[in-house]
Amino acid sequence: MPIWNEKFETMPHEELEQEQLERLQQTLGRVNRRVSHYHELFNKIGFDPLEVTSLEDLRKIPFTTKETLRIAYPYDMFAVPLREVVRMQSTSGTTGQPIIVGYTHNDIDHWSELTARVLTAAGVTKDDIIQISFPYGLFTGGLGFHYGAELIGASVIPSSDTDIENQVAIMRDYRTTVLCCAPTFAAMLLEIFDEKSVTPAELSLSRALFGAESWNESFRIEIEEKLQLSVTDNYGLTEVMGPGVSYECEEKKSLHISEDHFIPEIIDPDSGEILPEGEKGELVLTTITKEGYPLIRYRTGDITSLIAEPCVCGRGFIRMSRVLGRVDDMIILNGQNMFPTQFEQILTYVVGKIPSYQLLVDRKGNIDQLEIQIEVPQDIFNDEVKTLNRIERDIVRDVKEKLDFVPKVTLVEPRSIVRKMKQSRVIDLRKTE
Amino acid sequence: MLKIRSLKSYYESICVLKAISLHVGRGEIVTLIGANGSGKSTLLKTITGLMDRVEGSILFEDREIVGTASSDIVKQGIALVPEGRQLFSPMSVMDNLILGTYPSYSIKERKNLQQKVEWIYELFPILGERKKQLAGTLSGGEQQMLSIARALMSSPRLLLLDEPSMGLAPKIVENIFETLMELKEKSDLTIFLVEQNAKLALDVSERGYVIETGQIILSGDRDELMNNKEVLRAYLGGE
Repeated sequence: MPIWNEKFETMPHEELEQEQLERLQQTLGRVNRRVSHYHELFNKIGFDPLEVTSLEDLRKIPFTTKETLRIAYPYDMFAVPLREVVRMQSTSGTTGQPIIVGYTHNDIDHWSELTARVLTAAGVTKDDIIQISFPYGLFTGGLGFHYGAELIGASVIPSSDTDIENQVAIMRDYRTTVLCCAPTFAAMLLEIFDEKSVTPAELSLSRALFGAESWNESFRIEIEEKLQLSVTDNYGLTEVMGPGVSYECEEKKSLHISEDHFIPEIIDPDSGEILPEGEKGELVLTTITKEGYPLIRYRTGDITSLIAEPCVCGRGFIRMSRVLGRVDDMIILNGQNMFPTQFEQILTYVVGKIPSYQLLVDRKGNIDQLEIQIEVPQDIFNDEVKTLNRIERDIVRDVKEKLDFVPKVTLVEPRSIVRKMKQSRVIDLRKTE
Repeated sequence: MLKIRSLKSYYESICVLKAISLHVGRGEIVTLIGANGSGKSTLLKTITGLMDRVEGSILFEDREIVGTASSDIVKQGIALVPEGRQLFSPMSVMDNLILGTYPSYSIKERKNLQQKVEWIYELFPILGERKKQLAGTLSGGEQQMLSIARALMSSPRLLLLDEPSMGLAPKIVENIFETLMELKEKSDLTIFLVEQNAKLALDVSERGYVIETGQIILSGDRDELMNNKEVLRAYLGGE
């Protein structure tokens, strides 16, 4: 299995730790000199970057939250003057003020290198034709992969958010071999293929790289089977870089975190306490090479766990499990934590494919209520009432068995749930009370 | 090969190197660039055991060398080419070279001495031509060659060079660096180079660090440093 950067991706842990310490010390010095938020924070807590002697010292610094970045809008978290910034990207702002991230020339080079690692780990080579169906523009998915794909020398089709029928035509006519997209896009592809009777044999697709949203193993199996290709996961977030933070290799067991650029930690989202390896919690990342927008202990809001055991692919980086969900999406029902992905697994199993769904949480008296609204395919929806009843019953049964909660299930017509990319699947009516 | 972690070095009570961490891999040429007074030479002095008060760790081939006597550090395989050459002016070229073997001088070593000197004369033919001449009467470039040659006499695996280009004409500097590159290729020598002439240093290095007021503020491979606006402005004459 080819590795893009043998030196760093397979570096012995002791050497990697030395690199991390050097880069961390430089980053802490830089943010102390250049970013007023960190300068004031360090002063306030009496933290001296020059006293950092080990990676553990990072734990003395409080977390950086999305709220801090929002308050700093637009440029207050930049560590370089604007004349050194060569690109700006931003978060969607679906849940509040967008966050603008500035990249220097070196940041863009690092980012390209990181997405080149992602693509290579997925098996992509210079001989591939890559269709990038992430939106280009402020969203980082499109341009992030674009530069990495060019770096490895592949032929890039920046199809971006062109309408899906056009994407299919491009895929067929240009003989696309690799697709970079969000899982939602792949689900839409399946529908279009069904509608238009397109078969994988008419296409040249051999790989797909999914990112930007959480998805599950059943969906991988479904897509790999129906589209006859290999699907790998990757992870990233705009605030920290964009795609390229971590990536699956062809083992498809977990995601390798590029530790030469990011230091990961897992914390309990409620207490902020650092959790041991293997425990699920919120991912916290510190950037150690970024010049334009360095972040120290940034709470990503994503739930995952870390795996230190080395992968058989030869990469030495620590790994993270597939993102289970967002802390914001975590539903606490009668004191129990649940994530949309857990419901997704059940729904996929019962309905036979990953459905479009929404979770509505409310409270009656002191008791939490959950309604699961699921779109079912037209053929099922037109079916007899007893089929629909069976689906409802099966979902209630499985949720009760696996998550120890009895939900209300409502089946709705296809395309009646309107949801944009990255938008939450959870509507918590308790929060608006 | 060389691994420095959170190193602090003091002149009496004044901390001049603050939390320095860096590493040099076997066979690499790594450069340290910085302005006058930024701590470059102090770092080399600290590595070679010439500073009294040092905190932190310096591992050379996985052995801790903080607290080790300078002569033992040379025996372990580190040699310094000091700033300003520091030759023994009233002594001949040949005697200066022999002094380079002093820390490990022994009867056995004596047998190899002539062989080593011949090798040095092959590397720097001009030194062979002037072997009996007093070091103080050599030109600046020849003195620099002699200083490097003297360091090489101890058969180091890590060569520390402190401002080798200082006060020399560009053509001579070019010759010296060419010889060093040739030597590195042939003998797997590792080089840690300290220079104010950032362009020259980065041109021959794979990676580099930037030091400012006793702190490492940046690191990266050659291209990264050359693309960094701060480095461009402060050291490479860019805008």
